Formats: sequence, structure tokens, C-alpha cells
Amino acid sequence: MSAFLTVNNLSAALHGYEQRVLRSVSFSIDTGEVLGLVGESGAGKSMIGKAILGILPTAIEIVEGEILLGGQDLQKMKPADRRRLIGATAALIPQDPLTALNPSRRIEPQITNRLVDILGWTKADARLRAMELLNEVHIDNPERVMASYPHELSGGMRQRVLIASAFAANPKLVIADEPTTALDVTVQKQILRLIRDLQARHSTAMVFVTHDLGVVSKVCQRLSVLYGGKIVENSSIPDFFAGPKHAYSRALLAATPKYTDPDASLLPVDEAVIEAVAAEVLESDKEWRHGG
Amino acid sequence: MLDGRGSVKRKLGARLWLSGTWLGIMAVLALFAPLISPHDPLAQDLFAGRLPPFWVAGADPAYLLGTDSLGRDVLTRILHGARIAFSVALVAGLATAFVGSLLGLLAGYMRGWVDVVISRLVEIWMAFPPVLFAILLIAVLGTGLTSIIIAIVVIDWTRFCRVVRAEAMNQSAMDYVSSAIVAGRPRRDILWREILPNVLPTMVALLTLEMGIAVIVEAILSFVNLSISTDAPTWGGMIAEGRTSIHQAWWVLAFPLGVLFLTVLSFSQFGEGLKDRFDPVLR
Repeated sequence: MSAFLTVNNLSAALHGYEQRVLRSVSFSIDTGEVLGLVGESGAGKSMIGKAILGILPTAIEIVEGEILLGGQDLQKMKPADRRRLIGATAALIPQDPLTALNPSRRIEPQITNRLVDILGWTKADARLRAMELLNEVHIDNPERVMASYPHELSGGMRQRVLIASAFAANPKLVIADEPTTALDVTVQKQILRLIRDLQARHSTAMVFVTHDLGVVSKVCQRLSVLYGGKIVENSSIPDFFAGPKHAYSRALLAATPKYTDPDASLLPVDEAVIEAVAAEVLESDKEWRHGG
Repeated sequence: MLDGRGSVKRKLGARLWLSGTWLGIMAVLALFAPLISPHDPLAQDLFAGRLPPFWVAGADPAYLLGTDSLGRDVLTRILHGARIAFSVALVAGLATAFVGSLLGLLAGYMRGWVDVVISRLVEIWMAFPPVLFAILLIAVLGTGLTSIIIAIVVIDWTRFCRVVRAEAMNQSAMDYVSSAIVAGRPRRDILWREILPNVLPTMVALLTLEMGIAVIVEAILSFVNLSISTDAPTWGGMIAEGRTSIHQAWWVLAFPLGVLFLTVLSFSQFGEGLKDRFDPVLR
């Protein structure tokens, strides 16, 4: 397999509890490919991204499985080496642009720190690169933005800065954790297009976490549907929208509001389907316990 | 963006002005006390005992704020007392802030066993009654300025530690810290360059509060005669002496008490004002 990122049988649990929050998750992404992770809130979408990047909350630990990044098993590396590898190859586009920039630092060092400190660029080169990227995300006056504090920028501007910052070091893997959720609808579309353009131009492997199937269909090539920290379906985008295999995926797709019928009432996912998928997830826990 | 809104500058505010002015004046007076004091703070003149302040009948204009029962000039002793109070406030305040903040930052950022050890230590520490603890310490260390400062640091570092720890934990949970980790930046670097600047406003507010508390603790210790030497001109000592003659010479008690009150109040107000002004989100 030539996959750039492979996640194999990954399980995570709350420290000291048997209950898993990620349940034997497996997927892989090639260079230049975008995988959508979809599911309802609490399904563990963001958790997967955090596990890969090594930023899980301290209460949650990986109990099983492997994460291969460019052929190297992250779990087997020393923490310092792992952080260096992730720093050099991966980046995060966080969910909330309001907390993702340090309020007491100017924008410029927040973009260039990684380039200068980790990748050994000169300050001048890093500055040029930051300007270039701010241009790429359509910020008109990069110099002024770089000299600003985050509170002087609007939410959309901050998210652009974060996207520029994520792509600054030419990462081979970007994890986009609901990058448009905190933005209003008109800005969402622009930001999505930006992310897709940058991803295509730099042929970055990307994990795109979202609960919005409409967004997935525009940005991703493949998707994984999660429920309760377990992947219930892996599928290519055309196959999925032609007819999802799993009952839960079908219900999820049916619950998506349609623009063609704006007056239709919102459909919740059918209770019976939820019960079935929940039972399936718990069943897998039993097998896991016996196996492990 | 800055367009349209222009550069937003907030006014300093009455709180910052008033407290800052008072502290500034007191600091200058303390600094130059030996030069500007009209008398020797220790010189007794038993023939000039309990002279009232200048506006009361029977006053001697040479003693603006009157004299105590031993004939020592109240104004001179207040000025020299300010010297002691401000040295204690500055040194003890900074030392307490340093020790408490450092431990708090480490506990809040590193978590794990470091946090467990430091947090348990704080809890045990706080079970001691602080004033008794201070008196006990002075009894062991002996009186003197250094002992007072050590006592204040030892009893009060927990105040910084708890607040800074909580704030460091808050900041550590922010996405910008996650981003810095993903960027591969070393942990030490994240603590000093990402978290510390955001905890700093809280630390500054606490520091000025602590300076006020240091002044009070020094006054309390002087009041119970555990500060420096018995005739040293400390505010607490003056209050203790004034208490015995409150009916005959109210001014011996009232002036140092008033100055003490205003100084402590100014320290806390100054800190709050600074915090508002330098908080990156409110700014």
C-alpha cells in the first residue's frame, strides 16, 4: 500500500475505563486524497483527528492500534520525535477560529514560528512565505494583517489566517476539524473553496471532519461514517450518494435537509436505526474484550 | 481590520489615575524620606509629647501632624514607615508572585504527577491559619525585614499558585495550544511563549493585590511587635502605640491608619485597572 496515512484498528478509551471512545477505527488516505469523516455530534470524528496529531485530551489514551504516517508508526516513536515528525509533515485547521489564535500575540509569529523554529527557515523567508499564503487565501493587505492581533480580525479573516498557517509549511497531511462550522453560511462557501484549492494545488492528503454531508460531497473523494466511535461504513463519494450500504448511513443521508424543498420539516434519524447501530457498536465491544 | 474603526484607545479611567497617583506620591515620599523628613524618626522629645496636628489649637507648626506620647514626629515616622512598607510590598510581592506563579504554571501546564504534588502541597499549606503561621515563622527566624519578607512568601505563595494554575489549565485547553503542539514546537516554548503571555494580566492583578496584602501583613506583625525593632517607624507599630492613647491623642493612630488604608486600597485598585487595560481580549 502506498497510502500516506494509515490508521489501523485504532481504539482509544477514557483513562481507567473499559468503555472505548474510538472503537477499532481503520482507514487510509493516499497523497492528494481527501477523506470525509462524518457522523453526529459525539461520534468521535474530531477525536480521530486529535489522536493522529497527538493532541488528545489528557484523560483519553490510545489503548490499541497503530497510526502510520509516511510509513512510520507514531505509537512506537518517542514523544519528542513524534512531535517533530508531526510538526514537519502534518497540520491542523481547527474548528473555532476564535480560540485557535493566541490572543496576546501578533499574527505574523503565529504563522512563522513553525517555519523558523522547527523547519529552520530564516525569518525573512518565513515572512515572505506567510505573505504569499495570506495572498493565496485572498487577504488583501497581508502586511497589516500580520501586524494585527487576532481580536482585530473578523471570524472569517481569522479562519483564513488559520488556513494559511496550516498550509505554510507545505504539509503532506492536513486535518480539517469542522473548519467551517463556526462561520456563517456566506463565508463558509468561500472558505471551503479555499481549502479545496489549496489542497489540490499542494496535493495534500486531507482528513475532513464534518457533520455536513453536503460539504463532504463537494470536498472529498471518499468518506467514512462514524457512530459511537466506530466506522460503520467506508465508501467512495459517488457510491455513497448513489445508495449507502449501511442502514444508519441511509438514515443519515435521508435526514439531510434538501434545498429543493426548504419548507419540509427536519427529519430526525429513525429511532429503530439508532438502536440497531448502537447495538452493533456494543456488540463489537464484546468481541473486542474477548479478543483482547 | 483596523479600517474605519481607526485605532481604538481607551481612557485610563479614574480608578487607575487615583490609585496610581497615590501610590506614585507615596513611593516618591518613601524614596526620599531621609531627605524631606522634618525630624529624626527616632528622636524623642518628652517636652513635646502628644502635640496635636497643625490645625488644632496648641499645635507646634514644626510638627505638622503632631507628635506621639514620646514626642516623636508623626509625619516623619509615617514617611519612614512608608519606606519599610514599600520595600516589603515590592520585594515580598515579587518574590511571592515568582514562586507561586512558577509552581502554578508548571502544575497547570504539565498536569500529571507534577500537578498532583503541587496541588496537594497547596491544600496542606492552606490548612494552616496564615497569621499564626507568620507569627510562628518570625518566632523561628527572628525579627527583621528579611524575616518578614520570607514569612510573607512562605504563607502567601499558594494564592498565586492556585489562580495561576487554574488559568494555565484554561489556556492549555485552548485550540491555539493544540495548534502549537501540532506545529511540533517544544513544550517549554509553548509554556513561555503561548501560555505565559495570556496568564500575565492575571498575574499582574494578583501581584498588586499581593503588595497590598504584604503591607497589611507587615502592619499586623508590627502591631504585635514582631516586625523589626520595637522603636522602628512602622505603620503597624505606630497604630499599636496610638491605640494606647486614642482618647488623648487620636492623631497618633488616625494618620498611619489612614495612610495604610489608602495604600492597600490603591494597590488592589491599581491592579484591577491594569488588568482591564492589558487584557488582550478586553483591550
